[in-house]
Amino acid sequence: MRFQPTPDQMLFARTVRELLEKECPPEAARAGFSHQRWTKLKEMGVIDMLASGMSEIDLVPILEEAGRAALPEPLIEAAMIAGGALDGIVTAAVGARYAAHADVADAIVLEHANALYSVPRDKATLHRIETIDSPRPLFKITWDYESGTSLEADTNLALRRATLGASAELLGLASRCIEMAADYAKERHQFGKPIGSFQAVKHRLADALLQLEFARPVVYRAAWSLVQDEATKERDVSMAKAMTGDAAAGAAKAALQTLGAIGYTQEHDLHIWMKRIWALNAAWGNPDRHRARVATAVLS
Amino acid sequence: MDLAFTPAEEAFRAECRAWFKANPPGELASMDTPEGFEQHRAWEKHLHDGGWSAVNWPRAFGGRDATLLEWLIFEEEYYAAGSPRRLNQNGLFLLAPTLLEYGTEEQKQRYLPAIAACDEIWCQGWSEPNAGSDLASLTSRAIRDGDEWVLNGQKTWASRGVYADWMFGLFRSDPASERHKGLSYILVPLDAPGVTVRPIAQLDGEPGFAEIFLDDVRVPVANTLGAEGDGWKIAMSTAGFERGVVLRSPGRYTATAGRLVQLFKDRGEPPALRSEVARAWMDADAYRLATFWAVSKLLDGGTIGAEASLNKLWWSEMDLRMHETAMRLLGDDATLEGAWLDGFVFSLAGPIYAGTNEIQRNIVAERVLGLPRS
Repeated sequence: MRFQPTPDQMLFARTVRELLEKECPPEAARAGFSHQRWTKLKEMGVIDMLASGMSEIDLVPILEEAGRAALPEPLIEAAMIAGGALDGIVTAAVGARYAAHADVADAIVLEHANALYSVPRDKATLHRIETIDSPRPLFKITWDYESGTSLEADTNLALRRATLGASAELLGLASRCIEMAADYAKERHQFGKPIGSFQAVKHRLADALLQLEFARPVVYRAAWSLVQDEATKERDVSMAKAMTGDAAAGAAKAALQTLGAIGYTQEHDLHIWMKRIWALNAAWGNPDRHRARVATAVLS
Repeated sequence: MDLAFTPAEEAFRAECRAWFKANPPGELASMDTPEGFEQHRAWEKHLHDGGWSAVNWPRAFGGRDATLLEWLIFEEEYYAAGSPRRLNQNGLFLLAPTLLEYGTEEQKQRYLPAIAACDEIWCQGWSEPNAGSDLASLTSRAIRDGDEWVLNGQKTWASRGVYADWMFGLFRSDPASERHKGLSYILVPLDAPGVTVRPIAQLDGEPGFAEIFLDDVRVPVANTLGAEGDGWKIAMSTAGFERGVVLRSPGRYTATAGRLVQLFKDRGEPPALRSEVARAWMDADAYRLATFWAVSKLLDGGTIGAEASLNKLWWSEMDLRMHETAMRLLGDDATLEGAWLDGFVFSLAGPIYAGTNEIQRNIVAERVLGLPRS
């Protein structure tokens, strides 16, 4: 029993954090997809991790960093669903109704009759969906499976990996929301004091942190269960999505309340993180759906 | 990362399980009644005879040198077997770790074996009528007179104080000091002249609390734990253990969650409570995982600081929520005397003792998030 990420895993995550601090500052996270950033992530080996023999556990801290940066690129889709096995820019609509960034993708991974196919973008019809998380545009895809190449991949595994990936990103998104709120609470003065000195503010942020810190080991356990092919893997992944989804939605709400009116604008960066939380919460099964799955596993 | 137990740990679990199977605890009366107290003491003696009373302590003091992970395994098996709360938990989980860290060899020899054997019951003498959350405002005094302390003051809310033989207390030993300075951590025999123990009935009507009056009580200076004037630091290390992993191991909550799932089934699986029961199970499982996470960090040479406050918030509020869910499942039977009601009443105390949850949230906000002090 050693239930902590290894020093190597943490080191790689730090390297990714440094890259994203440079390549994905908040103004870039607002702007949306960047070909240059995609290339750098590819060069760093982040997108191909599973294909190059690394595991879902290795990907958790990386995806947490992606969440911290509110990275717009379809990393969950390319690295987790496609497993890093496809060239070019890859997205997917597997276990989710819409494909993010399909307009810039070379290939879209889609599901038909419980099998996965890779479809070139020009063989599919894209319908842009208006969504509040504008740096990560969504598309409904119309396609014919005969135009795709079968991936010979395990659809359920891809789906579990996507759900795990979203859970890991939600950890990072939540963590950044809490940091933004705490930073603001130290600076913003009212009644002659920093608002962070008031218990009403302190306690709300402490609660947000509590939910986040207890969700993190749950995500790593889900990754472990996938790697070990545990009998409980389905339940464990659902538990991760349910707990991170609730923790992240709570963190966003606490951050918004702490920031007050400025948080309700697009002048502050919080809204980028908050909207991504809403989007990832809804995708690949929202917390209600996953909690119901845990309930089925535990109560029957 | 490795979430599996070693064969040695699995063997340890099997040994625990076999022992509890052969030695079932049975139903005991409340430990706060004279009858229940004796039943609990007999259970503790039996545990001790089996070598299970303080598994992670050194053998020399009555333990079995188990690792922290083995201790967690023991706790899971202990509570899964339906065993009762520990009668001497203040001694076992609060004083003993502090003694092991700060005590002299002589003090360890003198006190630890008697705690393991449940021969001496300990209570905590920290809170005072006007010093609760603001513990540093305490006014009970220790005045030096040669080789003795002369103690005066009043302590209160001492759990099991009525039955205790000893109290570990905090006293102001430097009359000129203020707040966190000039306090000493002193071990007080409750049969010393000048000690008066008055029972206080708790919610359940039993004398679970005591207030303890000290009127020129003389104890040897050798009863000081750690250096004179270092009491706050030593007390806070106790508070760290209390809020951290040691006082509230995940085993008791995973056991409660398991019983709650059974209750849900027994009560016809009411759909309105399905999500709450699932949440209870998830919360307990998450606490277990977070504990393994924290223990792994400790084993890798890390430390647990203000995270202990996050732990305390989690277990206390989870425990209360699980018991509230049980009350809802019980419907008309909710207020009938029984194990669920006892557990519910006890769980209400969780957010209050060991530092109120308001104080814990302040600690988290200030020490983890870096927010300014009020």
